[in-house]
Amino acid sequence: MKIRLATVWLGGCAGCHMSFLDLDEFLIDLADAVDLVYSPVVDVKDYPENVDLCLIEGAVCNEDNLEILHKIRARTKVLVSFGDCAVTGNVAGLRNVIPVNKLLQRIYVDGADANGCIPHDGLPQLSKLARPAQDFVKIDVCLPGCPPQNKVIAGFLNNLLEGRKPETNQKIKFG
Amino acid sequence: MAAKTLTIDGKQISAEEGATVLQAATEAGIPIPTLCHLEGVYDMGACRLCIVEITGIPKLLPACTTKVAEGMEIKTNSERLRKYRRMILELLFAERNHVCAVCVSNGHCELQTLAYSQGMEHVRYDYTFPKWNLDTTHRLFGMDHNRCVLCNRCVRVCWHIEGAGTKNVSGRGAKSRIITDLNMPWGDADSCTECGKCVMSCPTGALFNKGSTVGEMERDRDKLEFIVNAREKKQWIAD
Repeated sequence: MKIRLATVWLGGCAGCHMSFLDLDEFLIDLADAVDLVYSPVVDVKDYPENVDLCLIEGAVCNEDNLEILHKIRARTKVLVSFGDCAVTGNVAGLRNVIPVNKLLQRIYVDGADANGCIPHDGLPQLSKLARPAQDFVKIDVCLPGCPPQNKVIAGFLNNLLEGRKPETNQKIKFG
Repeated sequence: MAAKTLTIDGKQISAEEGATVLQAATEAGIPIPTLCHLEGVYDMGACRLCIVEITGIPKLLPACTTKVAEGMEIKTNSERLRKYRRMILELLFAERNHVCAVCVSNGHCELQTLAYSQGMEHVRYDYTFPKWNLDTTHRLFGMDHNRCVLCNRCVRVCWHIEGAGTKNVSGRGAKSRIITDLNMPWGDADSCTECGKCVMSCPTGALFNKGSTVGEMERDRDKLEFIVNAREKKQWIAD
């Protein structure tokens, strides 16, 4: 049975996913060993059932992030906070010292060159705070870094593929 | 001076009377993690990272301000101590806005290094996300309270190495903060001699040279060490 792998992109810059793609030729081994069942790079709309491992990039910034995070927890065996935003809030959390209404006003109205208005149609409500994933659900492994270095990711995935404990054999680092 | 014999982590050592547990351990090659300690200025036990267990004393005591005594039995690296050290670090991270990815000291930060050495890979407490200001009114230096751990190193070097007394602490508890002169913008603080010793001493990115960006602040402690050696050991010529 192949490992059912998912990656999800919450409130982050996609840098962690870029670092994941930076695994180079290890991606070929990985592709043989896993089924990528949900990811920004896979065209699947709904998060599937029975996922073995999910890498979570980004902080929990809005109500959609929160909803999918709970769905992921319910349907996944091992949850990994993947990168500093998921682990600490990081850059996504820099806005936390500014009230949401002031923030939106400053960016979309005061900062607009023309037609300034706060967008709302079809957009998820921004949370009061951008917070790390572990504030809401149980996280099994943290892989910090901005982004996590590719060797940290490779070390982690390699351990997993070879049936060892899901942890990286590389030194982790914040920032 | 009389010597005291004591045991640190099962190792019999002797230390001069009046020496601190930290000094005795360092001399015996036993590492104790520290954050607020800085060679050349007096210790004050501000950060509690150097806490040790001493047989017969139920409290954990900071090694930097505890004097050695005859027959002391000290543990520096027990499970209990590791647990508390990690807790202290996590609380420091949760108390202010430490965002390594955008910090001038990223990669050269003592708080970061301590977190790695104590196995901290996330913070179990809720981040407080407090609102703190940035003081960039000084011509040469900046002060970002978001990154301050209140180690008081800058205050001590300012008062006791430079002798200017510009830096002070105001407020209490989590609301404590470093101020300049009578709580005025650093740029208006007349007593500041612009010597930069506070910037040299800062363990995080709280004090920085203006114009430095992510990861660019590397502290030069050699100058502080030189001045202290010159005064205390009369070594007026650098190696």
